[in-house]
Amino acid sequence: MTANQADVRRYRPRTSVFWWVHRRSYLLFVLRELSCVFVAWFVVYLVLLVAAAHRGSDSYQQFLEWSSRPWMVVLNLVALAFVVLHAITWFTLAPKAMVVRLQGRPLPARMVAGGHFAAWAVASAVVAWIVLGGW
Amino acid sequence: MAKRSSSEAVAWLLFSAGGVVSALLAPILLLLFGVIFPLGVLAPPEHAHMEAVLRHPLTQVVLLGLCVLSLLHWAHRFRYALHEGLQLKRLRAPINLLCYGGAIAGSLWAAVVVFG
Repeated sequence: MTANQADVRRYRPRTSVFWWVHRRSYLLFVLRELSCVFVAWFVVYLVLLVAAAHRGSDSYQQFLEWSSRPWMVVLNLVALAFVVLHAITWFTLAPKAMVVRLQGRPLPARMVAGGHFAAWAVASAVVAWIVLGGW
Repeated sequence: MAKRSSSEAVAWLLFSAGGVVSALLAPILLLLFGVIFPLGVLAPPEHAHMEAVLRHPLTQVVLLGLCVLSLLHWAHRFRYALHEGLQLKRLRAPINLLCYGGAIAGSLWAAVVVFG
């Protein structure tokens, strides 16, 4: 009986944990999915910055010194590369998730993606302007 | 089943909203505060200016929204990465707890700091 049951077990092919290193498109897919870890790191870093600023001028200066340590700069450069990858892949995929119709006709995918990239540029410019003292 | 699929839809919607706000705002903020100011390319803003910006109600709402949605984006994507990518399907419950619990804890921390 038990031997019989073993015989009819479902076939489950084993996949290597490293299935994604062999092809460029798979690697890019996994890197894109991994970008979320750096989005989470960005939130942690941002909240630490706000907390330091709220604690006072000395604490803010300490944060700035901490942020300029070499390993922090390296970590943030890697994180920046990943969030840029996230932004580019996200906005490139936007037309697939969102069909915009104008007077009944679907807007070309290139225009939907272009609109998202334009919004990214405007948002970045506004943030830079506020942070650098324009406001 | 119906309940599960509707909560999945909400999770996906929040993942998607988090994907948009983090894509719009994370690169410039990391570029400025993670690279440009630390390397001394530009002088960082004075503390008084930072506080004026950070204490503005609009900034507080935007920052909290950015933090909460970005964390939910992380939670949803990371959950799938662990389930599917590393084939840890048996650990569904602890992974969900780690991801969504982490996102909720992080959101509360962000709220306390931003409005504190």
